[in-house]
Amino acid sequence: MAGPARILILGGGVGGTIVANKLARLLRAREAQITLVDSTGQHIYQPGFLPVVFGWSEPEALIKKERALLSKRVALRVEVVDRVDPKAQLVHLATGEQLPYDYLILATGARLDLDALPGVEAAHHFYTLEAALRLRAALLQFRGGRIVIGVGGLPYKCPPAPLEAALLLDYWLRKRGLRDKTAIEWLSPIGRAFTLEAVSPAIEEQLRARGIEFRTFFNAETVDPKAREVRSLEGETVKYDLLIIVPPHRGASVVERSGLGDRQGWLPTDRETLQVKGYENVYALGDGTNLPLSKAGSTAHFEAPIIAKRIAAQIRGETPTATYDGHVMCFFESGFGKGMILDFAYDRPPVARKPTRRAHWGKLLFNRLYWEAVAKARL
Amino acid sequence: MPHVMEVCTMALPVKATKTIDARGSFCPGPLMELIGYIRTAPVGEVIEVLSTDTGSRTDIPHWTQKAGHEFIGVESRGDHDAIIVRKTH
Repeated sequence: MAGPARILILGGGVGGTIVANKLARLLRAREAQITLVDSTGQHIYQPGFLPVVFGWSEPEALIKKERALLSKRVALRVEVVDRVDPKAQLVHLATGEQLPYDYLILATGARLDLDALPGVEAAHHFYTLEAALRLRAALLQFRGGRIVIGVGGLPYKCPPAPLEAALLLDYWLRKRGLRDKTAIEWLSPIGRAFTLEAVSPAIEEQLRARGIEFRTFFNAETVDPKAREVRSLEGETVKYDLLIIVPPHRGASVVERSGLGDRQGWLPTDRETLQVKGYENVYALGDGTNLPLSKAGSTAHFEAPIIAKRIAAQIRGETPTATYDGHVMCFFESGFGKGMILDFAYDRPPVARKPTRRAHWGKLLFNRLYWEAVAKARL
Repeated sequence: MPHVMEVCTMALPVKATKTIDARGSFCPGPLMELIGYIRTAPVGEVIEVLSTDTGSRTDIPHWTQKAGHEFIGVESRGDHDAIIVRKTH
């Protein structure tokens, strides 16, 4: 093909930003022209939402301009995308402009689908900055009662998050002297408290030790704000005074408008090559795929170099060899200055860990390093 | 709680129209993949969940029956299992 290959990346979150920066490192200007399209031009550090709920992080610290995170070699367009036409290899912007590409990377993420859970507007959550701040305000007014934390749809971003919320709430309420006036209940959608089987028994022990109730196989289906009840699709009902529900999630609207996603809008993705099924030159990473992996920043972080290497090989006429091994790494905060690092891959199960102070400090360090080292693809 | 005492090594006489490949999935895990999918699946669909996690042999049947769907069986396919369920409502 004449001239540099045109690589287009949709989405400036973790996946899009890191893959753009990796490509900029791997490929010379004469080999590729790299453009990232994002709808807001802002990059938000989502792991910071839960700390914002408890007043441990300020919202301003979580937002940076995407342009500041991207290599100079990456062109940034702040635009809304209407749809993708993979057969014509065109991206249609909402303005009507068409962007042709030779390689497309869909880093379009997951969106909240609040309409999918009747009554959910009566519940709190922490999956946007606004909602986290609203929950913070509600907690500051809270003087005791029953706090219930549940899940309104699967999959959702960051499987440990609602359980972390329960543990951190226990810690926070103790510090405020309200714990003895509060019942906390965690409604787990599966048959144990925590997703990772190796670690769940230790978590359940912690829950019991801290007086946090939990029940299993509870998938929230409707909320009745008048009766202050949440009902599960398994037929159970739980009463609450303050309800925190992980909202249902879907794939990005652009994926659905383009007819590329499955029933929930997730992109059918090859688990090793990360190609969108049916397309040699379209890749996906991060929260938007249908892969049976945690929707987590670390997933996108580990997927990004694979895509960058594969595209570089394709551009150079070489056989791509890089494959994704399913690597995910998560920090799990359990309060009282302790946490766990959980690390696993398709072929490597996670190992049971005890919460340590070192892991907690590791997470705080990671939060600080994120902007300079992680997003800029130095780590 | 269903006792899953037998895992079939021959194919069960039911054809799945949807496969959820959850092999090597630790988090969120095969059961969560099934729950996520089944809510939008058409009623009557037969779904097979491919799993390398032996816990799926009990937790998927357990949830399926609690949620009022039909647990059909577990097929061993060498290095993984296929847990087969039908959405009934």
